[in-house]
Amino acid sequence: MGRPTPATREGVRGMGRYVLRRLLQLVPVFIGCTFLIYVLVWAIPGNPFAGMCGERPCPDSFIAMMTDKYNLDDSVFVQYFKYMGNLLTGDFGETFSGLDVGELISLRWPVSLRLALMAVAIQTVIGLVAGIVSGLRGRGFFDSLVLVSTLFLIAIPTFVTGFVIQILLGFQWEIMTPTVSSEATWAELVIPGFVLGSLSMAYVSRLTRTSIAENKRSDYIRTALAKGLPQRRIVWVHLLRNSLIPVLTFLGTDLGALMGGAVVTEGIFGINGIGRLVYDGILSKEGVVVTGVVVLLVIVFLLINLIVDLLYAVLDPRIRYD
Amino acid sequence: MTDPSAAAAGTATRDTESYVVAPEHLEDVKPGGPGKPRSLWSDAWRDLRRRPMFIISGVVILLLVVIALFPGLFTSADPNLTDLARSRKPPSADAWFGYDLQGRDVYARVMYGTRWSLLVGIGAAVFTVLIGSMLGILAGFAGGWVDGLLSRIGEVFFGLPFVLGAIVILTIFRNAGVNGALPIVGVVVLSLAVLSWPVAMRIMRSAAITAKQQDYVKAARALGARPARIVFRHLLPNCLAPVLVYATIALGAFIGAEATLSFLGIGLRDPAVSWGVMIADSRNFVRVAPHMLLFPAGFLTATVLAFVMLGDAVREALDPKLR
Repeated sequence: MGRPTPATREGVRGMGRYVLRRLLQLVPVFIGCTFLIYVLVWAIPGNPFAGMCGERPCPDSFIAMMTDKYNLDDSVFVQYFKYMGNLLTGDFGETFSGLDVGELISLRWPVSLRLALMAVAIQTVIGLVAGIVSGLRGRGFFDSLVLVSTLFLIAIPTFVTGFVIQILLGFQWEIMTPTVSSEATWAELVIPGFVLGSLSMAYVSRLTRTSIAENKRSDYIRTALAKGLPQRRIVWVHLLRNSLIPVLTFLGTDLGALMGGAVVTEGIFGINGIGRLVYDGILSKEGVVVTGVVVLLVIVFLLINLIVDLLYAVLDPRIRYD
Repeated sequence: MTDPSAAAAGTATRDTESYVVAPEHLEDVKPGGPGKPRSLWSDAWRDLRRRPMFIISGVVILLLVVIALFPGLFTSADPNLTDLARSRKPPSADAWFGYDLQGRDVYARVMYGTRWSLLVGIGAAVFTVLIGSMLGILAGFAGGWVDGLLSRIGEVFFGLPFVLGAIVILTIFRNAGVNGALPIVGVVVLSLAVLSWPVAMRIMRSAAITAKQQDYVKAARALGARPARIVFRHLLPNCLAPVLVYATIALGAFIGAEATLSFLGIGLRDPAVSWGVMIADSRNFVRVAPHMLLFPAGFLTATVLAFVMLGDAVREALDPKLR
């Protein structure tokens, strides 16, 4: 009810300052991350071309071309800035067989985005409901059920979940096709999305549960009760709105992580997304593809984190004045 | 579990200061009161012994350690004996877990694989805690520009998504031609630790900042204790609890992460055959021989579960708010 709206002049100024500060803090992290990856890939002592071209050693023409393209004769810093310049203008390099990595990515990212959105949707619905119900009810059968099942979800690696679901639903009971077709429609992505989101589902419900259980005892809830507000209003307006802010930021960050973390899920279900590109790249030892895509994914991940941070400030005005 | 740093999000990072400023714990610093004051740890131990979760996970972990040290006690079969005649045979009285593609005994391989999976988990947890807590206590105690610099460096490593970062590091090392069981384990351990130390550092740093403002530290400083003495005698013992809780949970997570990386073909490989390697080997035969997947995966899940449960139990025992 009485939350300060960001529309006041003071609020707007605080917001602007917060955005600026976050942007300034992001710049070194951004440069540091991409530089780290770049150094790992191209500047580690030894032959950077070992294992870049499948099972064979790279031909001299390829090495000469890459040396020229990535300016490998310059110092690391010059190389890095030229590389970033290329990336920012949309040039991600070529695979050994001459395919443009940027083109491969542009063909595949809609599928990965759809899968990540599906995973986030599933984990939000199931995780939030489980977390809210167990948080509100407190100790009891449902609470223990949520705690035990999330424990199992945390302990089982994603690829095991994926395989088991694929065996059971795809081969034994034949409810779904074991692999996803090249169109990857929304309906086909429900089960892979569930597998991809299963781990975060556990975190979402645990986070919601603790957050609600903590806020339930807070002063503002006691005040609302003392004012004689109806129970429904206390839960929906006071309790949930404040408890869900950390959950929302977790979900936002997770969308970024899932875009890249889908390597395993896409590999298992044969989904033609970006993760599959990385997976195939590793299996066929095409280092250029792997690193090109990974750098791009890291950039996406960092940008989404920034957006989530800014959203956090909009949702919770207190955060700006720290 | 594929991302050990996420493990902290739900569990270990909560309420670092509650460990540090526990009232029972402060009593420990001024002995001589009525009766014998109990320390945080002995309190936690009394509490833990009554928790079924702690007992179950403790027994499972002890058993796993024994298997890892003496796999020969549990199986007389040779894990590397191949016999193509029995390729992919399902479980029977001779081989409880069946045979794999090359006719090797899956049960024997699971037993012998335990040591590699545990070794990666323990190694990665030890390195993460060592690097993270050293830098964290330094940042928390020194403050100022040291803190700023270390925190920024931590953010750079924290910004790398876990699976992707590990893929880049391990692809490069694989190409560099690392061979032999221990070097392969070392590379995987290092890449896991390099990507996770910032979490341990954050936990240690916030614990150190809280502990620094406690009266016993101020008293030590007033008595003229040197910084090294304050850090090692006063801060370190009082800040260790939250990091150790994180490390226990992360240890399970690292074992899962190693399996994921091995599944992708960049983690461990022959001769260091962990459960993850066995699962990766079963990749193309899941349909015809699911036992090749299910038994190693079952051991993997039970192990990760045991460590996560142990970490949860220890956290609840150490956190006086939850008592």
